[in-house]
Amino acid sequence: MGIIKGIKRILPTWLKKIFRKKAARIGIYGPPNAGKTTLANRIIRDWSGDVMGPVSEIPHETRRARRREGVVVNANGATVTLDIVDTPGLATKIDFHDFMAFGLEEEEAKRRAKEATEGVIEAIKWLDDLDGILLIMDSTEDPFTQVNVTVVGNMEARELPLLIIANKIDLPEASPARIKGAFPQHPVIPISALEGFNVDKLYEAIANHFG
Amino acid sequence: MAKRTKRKTKRKTKVQGVQIDMISEDFISTMTSMEKINLILEGVKQGNIVILERGLTPEEETKLIEITMTEIAPDDFVGIEIESYPSRQKFSLLGRLLGKKAIETRLTVVGPADQLRTLRRDHDLISALVSVRSQG
Ligand SMILES: Nc1nc2c(ncn2[C@@H]2O[C@H](COP(=O)(O)OP(=O)(O)OP(=O)(O)O)[C@@H](O)[C@H]2O)c(=O)[nH]1
Ligand SMILES: [Mg+2]
Repeated sequence: MGIIKGIKRILPTWLKKIFRKKAARIGIYGPPNAGKTTLANRIIRDWSGDVMGPVSEIPHETRRARRREGVVVNANGATVTLDIVDTPGLATKIDFHDFMAFGLEEEEAKRRAKEATEGVIEAIKWLDDLDGILLIMDSTEDPFTQVNVTVVGNMEARELPLLIIANKIDLPEASPARIKGAFPQHPVIPISALEGFNVDKLYEAIANHFG
Repeated sequence: MAKRTKRKTKRKTKVQGVQIDMISEDFISTMTSMEKINLILEGVKQGNIVILERGLTPEEETKLIEITMTEIAPDDFVGIEIESYPSRQKFSLLGRLLGKKAIETRLTVVGPADQLRTLRRDHDLISALVSVRSQG
């Protein structure tokens, strides 16, 4: 009796310790070309001195999810350990002709399209294994798209933390305010993943949100 | 003679039109997620616009995107365009007592990506352009 009681008392603190150590697994989501890999590379370079993967102006550059474990982010005195998952861009349509417009040969464009469809499926499957997400949007584009609405809806339904990132604020036509207007119920952080503008604000938000 | 021309025009209008299927909330509520998704994709792959009085939950939307990806084929099917308003959270007394959040889905339009194009989207207005499928 006494032993069981003792175990019952100790167990919760034990569990807490285990779970506190566990890294928060954060997925980077968004439409193709929003800057997901650029951001993943920046976070990893800033906190563990490495890179995630290649970046390209051609959409659907990332076609397999990539994971980097144990990235420790320090901000505002808070420390959080992240498992970062860079996902392929989400889309409801993929037309190989769009890749040919970038100069790809037909065969290569078709292969890229096929891999891109598989990438979308992989990104969706990853949603089941995450503790939170960074949803990244290109601030020069219309934020109110079905892909964005669907990702936000999924996070709300799962009650998982979500940070929206308004990327590419270095560009003159960027409008992070439009993103805030489209998703007023969620925090929106304007940054330039390419230039590094405002990323310290992002790290603070990450430490507060996922820590 | 007159009859023949009439028939000709009739056939012509059919070829140029776009079929729109409107599905009632009552009917949707009897279906499972997979049935809804199959119904949508079957219609859309034939070049129809499918309108659901009540749309899909966020999870069903991701499932629809997932299955759409498996159906994409070069020169045949490039995917879908979906238009819907963000789902609303419904606060019923019972739901609150049970600590459950009910999600209220809203009007949803799905069409072939090469025929349905979003012109403008807002919280309260979605404007889209439907084009006739070009004859091979
Ligand atoms: N001006 C500007 N360009 C950016 C920024 N971030 C990314 N880019 C550019 O946007 C393009 C796409 O960047 P990626 O990081 O490959 O985008 P992604 O979201 O990973 O794209 P996919 O993997 O194709 O889904 C590249 O040309 C980047 O250099 C930014 O903050 N400012
Ligand atoms: Mg990428």
